Amino acid sequence: MTIAELAALIEAENQTPSLPIDRTVSCGYTCDLLSWVMAHGEEGMAWVTVQTHMNVVAVAVLADMACVIMPENIDMPKESIDKAADEGLVILKSPLTAYAICGRMAAQGIPEKAE
Amino acid sequence: MSFIHAEYPVASGDYTRAGEASADIKRRLKQLGVSSMVLRRVSVASYEVELNLVIHSLGGQLILDVDQDGVRLTSEDVGPGIPDISLAMREGWSTANEEARSLGFGAGMGLPNMKRNADDFEIESEIGKGTRISMRFALT
Ligand SMILES: Nc1ncnc2c1ncn2[C@@H]1O[C@H](COP(=O)(O)OP(=O)(O)OP(=O)(O)O)[C@@H](O)[C@H]1O
Ligand SMILES: [Mg+2]
Repeated sequence: MTIAELAALIEAENQTPSLPIDRTVSCGYTCDLLSWVMAHGEEGMAWVTVQTHMNVVAVAVLADMACVIMPENIDMPKESIDKAADEGLVILKSPLTAYAICGRMAAQGIPEKAE
Repeated sequence: MSFIHAEYPVASGDYTRAGEASADIKRRLKQLGVSSMVLRRVSVASYEVELNLVIHSLGGQLILDVDQDGVRLTSEDVGPGIPDISLAMREGWSTANEEARSLGFGAGMGLPNMKRNADDFEIESEIGKGTRISMRFALT
């Protein structure tokens, strides 16, 4: 599934419209503790988190993730979004809860770990 | 012979710039053609050690060396030191303050993540003096 298809699936808005959204999402994860995410991060991952500060972008970029998903219409501050756009990291904002987002992703066959 | 030597000062409490040294280290190693597997392990360890300098230390530096033995990452700081290293190495142990925890740090997973990802991991610390962590990653 591409980022674009994922965005439609979870009714998300792309917060980084300057970036391409044809990259394939390899797996999904949700957690708000950054060291846990560091331990699980994978290339192409879609990561759902309520954290919005700059370090979220740093963690996602270091792990080469495909996108970060903000649940429940949480707004990421502009400086974080600008940094993500600079680094080529897509940020999606969804009205759904983290639980519902992961439920839809799992139902569509997005795995826990990249194949 | 060293292919790369770089030093990155890391300021205590500077959350907005935290992670910049690790991002630069990753960029340099990628340019050098280091495999994505090794790159990933170095990235996890460098990020954790850099963030510990920001969160727990009074300031320090991160040093990158690459030679035929692989990648070496060294972290040195000027204090406060770690009273009990075996406790600090335990998964889940953290003395992170409220501010750090509110940002999602303080799971007590950083040092275990470093140890798991590095091929060699050494830590020494002296109260009032500082902490030194040295990690090596084989290139193959
Ligand atoms: N450079 C340092 N100087 C002083 N104390 C440190 C340093 N690095 C780690 N510590 C101590 O070791 C503890 C464990 O570190 P570790 O990185 O494993 O977890 P954490 O930083 O508290 O949380 P996390 O890394 O999961 O966000 C810290 O809470 C702190 O007490
Ligand atoms: Mg830590």
